[in-house]
Amino acid sequence: MSQAINGAGGVDGATNGAANARRQLMAIGVLAFLVFLVFPALLDPFRLGMVGKYLTYAFVALGLVLCWGHGGILSLGQGVFFGLGGYCMAMFLKLEASDPISTAIQSTPGIPDFMDWNQLTQLPLFWRPFRSLAFSLLAVPAVPCLLALIIGVAMFKRRVGGVYFAIITQAIAAILSILIIGRQGWTGGVNGITDLKTLHGWDLRTDHARRILYFVNALLLFGAIALGRWVLGTKLGRLLVAMRDKEERVRFSGYDVANVKVFVFVLAAALSAVGGAMFTLQVGFMSPSFVGIVPSIEMVVFAAVGGRESLVGAVYGTLLVNWSKTYFSEKFPQLWLVLMGALFIGVVKVFPRGLAGLYESHGRAWLAAVRERLGRLLSGEGRRITPGPPAPASVERPEP
Amino acid sequence: MGGYSLGELKSILVMQGFNGLSLFCVLLLMALGLAIIFGQMGVINMAHGEFLTIGAYTTYVLSTASARYAPWFHTYYFFFAVAASFAIAAAIGYGVEIFLIRPLYRRPLDTLLATWGLSLIMQQAFRSTFGAKEVSATLPDWLMGSVKPTENIDIPINGMFVMGLTIVLTASIVLLLYRSRWGLSVRATTQNREMAGAVGIDTRKVDRLTFALGCGFAGVAGAAFTTIGSTGPTSGSLYIVDTFLVVVFGGAQSLIGTIASAFTIAQAQSTTEFFLTGSVAKVLTLSAVIIILMLRPQGLMALKVRR
Amino acid sequence: MKRRTSRTRAFLFWTLVVSSPLLFFFFFALAAASAGPPTPQVNTTGLTVTDTEVTVGQLHSATGTMAISETGSIQAERLAIDQINAKGGVLGRKIKIIQEDGASDWPTFAEKAKKLLANDKVAAVFGCWTSASRKAVLPVFEHENGMLYYPTFYEGLEQSKNVIYTGQEATQQILAGLDWLAKEKKAKTFYLIGSDYIWPRTSNKIARKHIENVLHGTVVGEEYYPLGHTQFGSLINKIKLKKPDVVYAIIVGGSNVSFYKQLKAAGVTADKQTLLTISVTEDELLGIGGENMVGFYAAMKYFQSLDNGNNKGFVTEFKNKYGAKSVIGDVTQAAYLGPWLWKAAVEKAGSFDVDKVAAASPGIELKTAPEGYVKVHKNHHLWSKLRIGKVRADGQYDVLYESSLIEPNPFPKGYQ
Repeated sequence: MSQAINGAGGVDGATNGAANARRQLMAIGVLAFLVFLVFPALLDPFRLGMVGKYLTYAFVALGLVLCWGHGGILSLGQGVFFGLGGYCMAMFLKLEASDPISTAIQSTPGIPDFMDWNQLTQLPLFWRPFRSLAFSLLAVPAVPCLLALIIGVAMFKRRVGGVYFAIITQAIAAILSILIIGRQGWTGGVNGITDLKTLHGWDLRTDHARRILYFVNALLLFGAIALGRWVLGTKLGRLLVAMRDKEERVRFSGYDVANVKVFVFVLAAALSAVGGAMFTLQVGFMSPSFVGIVPSIEMVVFAAVGGRESLVGAVYGTLLVNWSKTYFSEKFPQLWLVLMGALFIGVVKVFPRGLAGLYESHGRAWLAAVRERLGRLLSGEGRRITPGPPAPASVERPEP
Repeated sequence: MGGYSLGELKSILVMQGFNGLSLFCVLLLMALGLAIIFGQMGVINMAHGEFLTIGAYTTYVLSTASARYAPWFHTYYFFFAVAASFAIAAAIGYGVEIFLIRPLYRRPLDTLLATWGLSLIMQQAFRSTFGAKEVSATLPDWLMGSVKPTENIDIPINGMFVMGLTIVLTASIVLLLYRSRWGLSVRATTQNREMAGAVGIDTRKVDRLTFALGCGFAGVAGAAFTTIGSTGPTSGSLYIVDTFLVVVFGGAQSLIGTIASAFTIAQAQSTTEFFLTGSVAKVLTLSAVIIILMLRPQGLMALKVRR
Repeated sequence: MKRRTSRTRAFLFWTLVVSSPLLFFFFFALAAASAGPPTPQVNTTGLTVTDTEVTVGQLHSATGTMAISETGSIQAERLAIDQINAKGGVLGRKIKIIQEDGASDWPTFAEKAKKLLANDKVAAVFGCWTSASRKAVLPVFEHENGMLYYPTFYEGLEQSKNVIYTGQEATQQILAGLDWLAKEKKAKTFYLIGSDYIWPRTSNKIARKHIENVLHGTVVGEEYYPLGHTQFGSLINKIKLKKPDVVYAIIVGGSNVSFYKQLKAAGVTADKQTLLTISVTEDELLGIGGENMVGFYAAMKYFQSLDNGNNKGFVTEFKNKYGAKSVIGDVTQAAYLGPWLWKAAVEKAGSFDVDKVAAASPGIELKTAPEGYVKVHKNHHLWSKLRIGKVRADGQYDVLYESSLIEPNPFPKGYQ
């Protein structure tokens, strides 16, 4: 298990596997400490809600680490799956919010308000199953997975990949957002599905509810990280990396490359969908502005900043990018676009392995130096009390 | 279509036919630059829309300048603007290739991200320079009128202008590719980079020129589009989706494929728009494109999908 | 001698004892006169109000695709607030602005609205532009009990205790314009066009009902194009084929420019075709170019060229502050009304409390409005007039017609 993660973990991972695995676990531990203790303790409900929202994007980034970082498949249409998951959840919540009593002023009470505005007099057929929570929860991952399966089979079986695949997924994102906006009687159009209130009678809008949702979301996220680690640890994970680096050789060794790609693409779609559903629950609405080209490509940057091969890094990256986005758009609205653009360029040119890579190249050495200095300080104090042989560091210091 | 005289229907047919052709030219003009770069270098330039915008703003600046300092020049400035747009966009493209694309040559997916970043920076640069609001270049009167061969037929001059420009550009790129020394090196580099380098072709120079040329074409398209569209910091992004669709649908690395796909999409869209309503037509066209791509992901006329 | 000194001392002592409360009262009265009523009295719900300052929020897109449209609103609201401050503020308190950027992104709007209301505890928010952003923040305002002043003309079908709509709702903008067309242009056939989202669709629905049921005309075509659409050749050919008396256009954003430029190039100009739009203000004309739209009509409640004293002052002040080249459209003027309406409501209620301000709002009149005169209806929309303007080549409008004061009716019976 640890061996496989090393292989996936990076260039220098293969040499000392156990240490690498320990470092990864430590990074996860620190993240858990931050997400479960520090943020809820220090942040007010408003800022905590924002962190909760960022963490839903982290699901998408996790999916991208799997299919892009390890599988070499760059999808610029992850917003599609995020959106579909979110819409499945939103449809259920909207139906619950549109009971005949609270929609009594409409021409047709009992249907969502935007349908009434668009002269629909009854619920469209495909909306009806979403009255059931069980069906909706099933649909959240199932619908995006189905779409991903269709796209994946159509593309990968014909050996379409690389830039071409990226562009096609982007086109799909554009088309789906035009479709959603165009069919506003069914989807709420450009406004999206808004004003969601309760989940089985439980008011989602209170601070208390949001806090609970935050923790549910965080738990799911750590579940997703665990799932990702497990997948990468299996033979499939090794196949993925092998395929990314030398696809022909894997194919000639008798493996069906297309199936592996389809699987990881579908898995990434499912993760994004879960993120989308959690987004809807926490933010209280869903709109086509999460489906199109721009959000899809921003999500790629979250993964890239974190380090495209590191699962934990993806979460850190998502948090960092979104935090700085909020910070800069609050403080320097004019500069935000430039900084975001610079981040895109920097992440591919200057630190292509993202935060995880920066830690490997600089952070670890720095931490080691700090630890050593601390140790020397402590042992230095010890030396003053008990005379003995001088500290090795001073012995080994070369003469100038 | 009852209740209309035969003459009316005939003239509508003529105008609608022209409309289809003019849409074809618009799509082709947008896609040419992208197709050259993608086809020859395998690089997707996500900032393509912003190079269009460079052309549009160049036209705007020249329009205001000529209106203020040289009114006599205003009738003809547009030709000059097209040339200037080409030069400026190509020069910027040349620089971008050196600083951004060249170091990433072996990582096409990363190029895609980097050029997206570039597009964000360029958008903000436009906004800081020209303001967030849309601007309007004053166009010479002869360009904004229409030709009337008969009483009922109006053929827009700006449509013909775009058409002429497209024909000139397409012809010149075909000539360049198949009749010039540079074209020979480009084709050699596309087929086998190492071998081309081995026989003494400076492949880096070929890449730089190709990228600059593609950006220059985008600039020309941008200048031409001031006659039919808006000029603002994000105007380029209005065209970008259609542009990508044309290139993808045509198939990678095939100029003929790009032309065929622009033609197919334009005719489909123009016809469905006429008989149905706008939104429905767009959705139908896009869905058809996607379904065809699902069945034939390599596009209309791919030579051979290279791995 | 000694006795006398002590007497003097006693005198001084008693004088002080008696006078100090008087002095205290005097200073207090002085302070109260300059700072208005004491804070605990005007602010019982914990808003950010001190003895000298009251904090309000401004929530528009300063970045992103909507920044083009929202800049004017940001400027107008700032101008109004500066003017109010120069006149002594509201209830003796200067207005302080916290500006937040919605970044053309609806969840960001919702987030920032929550921040303004929950963290900053602002007394009122001036903001939003698109319906989508308003729909996104509406639940926040209702849940946190905030006060929003929304400037854009919009589709109606909404009414909230927590929102004052300073732009026109659909029936105010549409019906009088259509009546004018029927009367002045003898229009019988109409071609309805719009960008594909809720405002144009709802507006055209109302227009169609009015044309068919009231004016007894016919709608010969109704079409929608995706936002950002740039090719209108087929549509223009259809217009030429059907030869409607009036083209009724509700196209927005970059599409607008493409539509009018292509219309002109295809020879469809004002001498041959009547066109009325409700989506082109002076701001949009900058991008389209007046020369490409000359002679077409627009129906709005405000044009920059309106000839009245209020408006002349407003235009002068606006240009002094933001440059002689700046233009003022309908929404910009409506945004300017927001702070003034809020001030009037606060002063009428004698309190910053949202509930009291909301309750005091109906009936508030503004005789100094650049558009002339407005009054808040009990449904929180404004009574206002409708004007018809004709596009000039320099990007301004000639105002041809002015209706009487129209009652706002966001849920029009018979038009749904």
